[in-house]
Amino acid sequence: MSALRHGLPAGLLLLWLLAALVAPVLPLAPDRIDLTAILAPPGHGSLLGNDDLGRPVLDRLLAGARTSLLVGLGVVTVSLVIGVLVGGVAGLAGGWLDLVLVRLIDVFLAFPGILLAIALAGILGPGIDNLIIALAAVGWVGYARLVRAQVLSLKRRDHVAAARALGAGPARLLFRHLLPLALAPVLVEATFGVAAAVIAEAGLSFLGLGVQPPQASWGSMIRDGAAYLLVAPHLVLAPGVAVLLVVLSVNLLGDRLRDRIDVRSRP
Amino acid sequence: MAARTASAALVILGVGSLVFLLIHLVPGDPVEAMLGEGARAADREVLRAALGLDRPLAEQYLGYLARTASLDLGQSFAYQRPVADLLAERIPATLELALAALTLALLLALPLGVLAARHRGGALDTGAMGFSLLGAAIPNFWLGPVLILVFSLWLGWTPVSGREGAASLVLPAVTLGTGLAAVLARMVRSSVLEVLAEDYIRTARAKGLRESSLLWGHALRNAWLPVLTLIGLQLGGLLAGAVITETVFAWPGVGSLLIEAIQARDYPVVQACVLLISLTYVLVNALTDLVCAWADPRVRG
Amino acid sequence: MVSPLLQVSRLTTRLGGEGQPVRVVDGVDLEIRKGETFALLGESGCGKSMLALSLMRLLPPSGRIVGGSVRLGDTDLLALPEGAMRRVRGGRMAMIFQEPQTSLNPVLTVGQQIAEAVRLHDGTTRRQVRERVQGLLQAVGIPEPARRVDEYPHQLSGGMKQRVMIAMALAGDPELLIADEPTTALDVTIQAQVLRLLKGLQRETGMAVLLITHDLGVVAETADRLAVMYAGQIVETATSAGFFADPAHPYSRRLMDSLPSPEKRAGRLAVIPGRVPPLDRPFTGCRFADRCHRVMDRCREIEPGWHQPSASQGVRCLLWAEGRPESDVPATGAAAGLVRIAAEPSRQPLVLRVDGLQVHFPIHRGVFRRVVGQVRAVDGIDLELYAGRTLALVGESGCGKTTAGKGLLQLIRPTAGVVRYGGVDLAGLKGRALRRQRKDLQIIFQDPFASMNPRMLVGDIVGEGLQALGLEPNRARRRARVAELLGQVGMSAEAADRYPHEFSGGQRQRICIARALAVEPRVIVCDEPTSALDVSVQAQILNLLKRLQDELGLAYLFITHNISVVSYLAHEVAVMYLGRIVERGTVDEVLDDPKHPYTRALLSAVPVVDKDKRREIIRLEGDMPSPSSPPEGCHFHPRCPEGIAECRQAYPPPTRLSETRSVRCLRVSA
Repeated sequence: MSALRHGLPAGLLLLWLLAALVAPVLPLAPDRIDLTAILAPPGHGSLLGNDDLGRPVLDRLLAGARTSLLVGLGVVTVSLVIGVLVGGVAGLAGGWLDLVLVRLIDVFLAFPGILLAIALAGILGPGIDNLIIALAAVGWVGYARLVRAQVLSLKRRDHVAAARALGAGPARLLFRHLLPLALAPVLVEATFGVAAAVIAEAGLSFLGLGVQPPQASWGSMIRDGAAYLLVAPHLVLAPGVAVLLVVLSVNLLGDRLRDRIDVRSRP
Repeated sequence: MAARTASAALVILGVGSLVFLLIHLVPGDPVEAMLGEGARAADREVLRAALGLDRPLAEQYLGYLARTASLDLGQSFAYQRPVADLLAERIPATLELALAALTLALLLALPLGVLAARHRGGALDTGAMGFSLLGAAIPNFWLGPVLILVFSLWLGWTPVSGREGAASLVLPAVTLGTGLAAVLARMVRSSVLEVLAEDYIRTARAKGLRESSLLWGHALRNAWLPVLTLIGLQLGGLLAGAVITETVFAWPGVGSLLIEAIQARDYPVVQACVLLISLTYVLVNALTDLVCAWADPRVRG
Repeated sequence: MVSPLLQVSRLTTRLGGEGQPVRVVDGVDLEIRKGETFALLGESGCGKSMLALSLMRLLPPSGRIVGGSVRLGDTDLLALPEGAMRRVRGGRMAMIFQEPQTSLNPVLTVGQQIAEAVRLHDGTTRRQVRERVQGLLQAVGIPEPARRVDEYPHQLSGGMKQRVMIAMALAGDPELLIADEPTTALDVTIQAQVLRLLKGLQRETGMAVLLITHDLGVVAETADRLAVMYAGQIVETATSAGFFADPAHPYSRRLMDSLPSPEKRAGRLAVIPGRVPPLDRPFTGCRFADRCHRVMDRCREIEPGWHQPSASQGVRCLLWAEGRPESDVPATGAAAGLVRIAAEPSRQPLVLRVDGLQVHFPIHRGVFRRVVGQVRAVDGIDLELYAGRTLALVGESGCGKTTAGKGLLQLIRPTAGVVRYGGVDLAGLKGRALRRQRKDLQIIFQDPFASMNPRMLVGDIVGEGLQALGLEPNRARRRARVAELLGQVGMSAEAADRYPHEFSGGQRQRICIARALAVEPRVIVCDEPTSALDVSVQAQILNLLKRLQDELGLAYLFITHNISVVSYLAHEVAVMYLGRIVERGTVDEVLDDPKHPYTRALLSAVPVVDKDKRREIIRLEGDMPSPSSPPEGCHFHPRCPEGIAECRQAYPPPTRLSETRSVRCLRVSA
């Protein structure tokens, strides 16, 4: 049971990483149109069948893994940098700067879910970079709020007061006493953030607001396949299962990380 | 109270301003983007004037705020009609879908979360949390097509898409509600568990209360407040998810209008849709805050 | 011989999973008689709370009673089905807990919560319930019960909440009330009120009380009989009088000797080395053997049985196997007699002087966080610290003593006032200039764990000041210095390579002291450094602080609410109430002959072990007001038993009584 719960997600994540990293060097042909294999069902020749243009689904799936990984990690990285910066400055500076940044955070939080990203992606146009910008514009807020709360509560802790009494300067306080402790929950949050970004990327691509065709994305594969649902359900099923498994695995990993940190932070 | 209202007003102003700025993010010339490259210069100038893009930014901004405040949302170019009229047509469908999904999610999540907490570590808990993990990982743009495949195409029980009759509501509501139910069930569980670990629950137990009165009389009376706040916050996911779900099922709501408008580069409609959905979200959350403040004696003071 | 009310025999409780179960209660025998107060005394982790929860069958989910029996009257509680046990809980046997702040449901009114208990156990009709609830509130001394019934817990003070808890427990007319550290979270004046209430109620209702506590003073003042618990077992049981006259178990003896008191100030306090052994493995021999000062070879081989020094006393110790052992050697210097403290501090050089220190916290409201008021946490205090001497700053929670300490060190910037040290005013310094001064002024906190960064190695924690101030940039030399410092506080050098969570509370506090010593300070602010520790560990820390002061000539500002620690350690005392110092003087002047009505009430409320030293408790009305709106005139006048009309006019100026002593009260004249 525990091997299933721990081993399987780890294996799946490894597979995802591997697929994304080696996809470009493998002899794959995700964009090769083969008019003789239109809507071919899974079987010999191509493991997961072919799509409406006769492109091999497995190859596109692997290429899509690269897209989702790029966007997932890209969005979380950009969001983290902005969020930690804004939240850290707000929490440390206090005063009017904090007041202004908190209001800014509030305004961004007022946009529900990825709605703002949908609008931004729609307006900026397709492409991986625009996708990352749109999702990071939504994603940084959560980290900013979390980091600010962390810094505020840590600032009041005795070990920070003790360090100040020992003559520690602002830089030492920040890098030794505040950030290392503030970042643990932020990293847990970032893990869940990767899962959210993978779903969001697929969602935006599904809406036609993601990557530029013919670049493969799990979301756009579902979108294209939906028209042939009855005759070729594998076009929708395969990429959907891929999203599901990756998101599930990342979330399980996040849960484990959170449990570990909870145990460690107890006195 | 006054502070709460003022702060909500500030947020609304901020949301409005950000939505105003959206159109200025369009790479290149928005007018060109809307009309395409082949348009005549005269047409472009007409559109530019209609959008007010020829005036200074500050003037545009103030004008936009003034018009929005008086519910004048501009003119749609794709439909050649006032945006407000378009929205009014689409709102009932989205409202119906959101309410149905929310109801479904609550009916699933509340009992599931409470029971899972009550029987922590048991089979029911494991099952509920398994559902929750799975439900949160299934994207609704995939669940929708799969449900269509099974219930519409194979079984023929429900229409594939559109909004005609009660049967057509079932699949979209299930699609949209499942994800929310999954997230909520988990939060309800942890909220109830947190309360059950409080000292005052031990006090109540020491009084000789039975487990059921403990749960209903003490635990849930405290746990429902954070749960209500969470429901308010999770509504964000529901509203954004509605955009995708409506697209999947060709449901004629505000969400599908937004996507149509994006594809048609009908920017005033895009702005209006984002503004409407966001403000609904802000208002609902302000409302849940008020309810919590009213229901919690510590805040009511 | 009447049959006992509660009879516990061979009760054993396990906690935790099958892997490594902990025997938190291990074969406990107890008898409680009708109407008596029976104290269960023990340090943290000895299993006393788990024993109480076992009696109520309210163990946490991982806990299980694995053996023994509990009889309440004729009822075998462990054999009852859960439904019948529920009728016992809150009915024949009720319980109150340590934390009144969190033990009441915040969203139900006080009346609703008491009514619940009334309806369950009292068979009254609906209409009578409210009446009965008000009657109960009246019985526990809550003023205006008709109004309080509809209030919520957050509207009540801590002491009031504990009264409500008691009212709830009384609803079922219990034969036995289990009180688990009922006053530990309360201030000493409030503790006195609650203990008196319990005594009075007991007289009226004839219920027995099982009082669980770690406080020897509380036991001495309230208990008829007692049992001492150690590592899951009872090691001694006796009448209260017999016990305090002559404790039989070496552990009991050492606990008493480790209590600080004025008689012991010339010497060192007795300490119990080591820590309570883990309970997850079987024991051979006596559980206390490894820490015992009178251990014999066979103690490690034979598990001691019960021996009877007298008819009313039982002890689990092999020393008593062949009758009364030779009498115990008193702990070092404990019997040296009372030492008078010289009344002239001027012989020692003045190190630091505080004049008119104020720390106000603004109260913000609204969207733009406008300032709408001030919390006057510290409202103008003067202090002098002398080399090699300890000034105790004494007061109850919320009086501003901690803020005063932090304000002095500039960890919180004062609103006004001068902190003169070495010719400069610290309050006027900023940035680098202030940091240079930090070397000389250090602080030790109440919670040693929270005051260490959990991600840093102990070696880096202790060496932090050396590094941050650039005192010892060389890594190897810093390491050597850290090892030396650890040795100075009685820790081994290997501790440097471990993390704080691997140490016990007392060890952590030693590490914190080493960290402060590292920069060779002249002043240390000790902010309740022992109040989170058990008495035997407290003694170790107090001994250490005293030794360091003698060796290094340190000046201490010792912030505490614990009067017995003050009497042991301090030279001068300043008593604080609502942001101001109301009385100050040498420790003998203030403790032996308090002048300010507040000081008198405070000292009278402190429970003492020695019967001859007890004073008549001066009862204070109500609670300390909020420092955001202190009363006009003398802040103490609304609660003062000696107040007169003039007290409302203005805050009284200090009245000098001697060179060292002053009091701020109109009723005291020079």
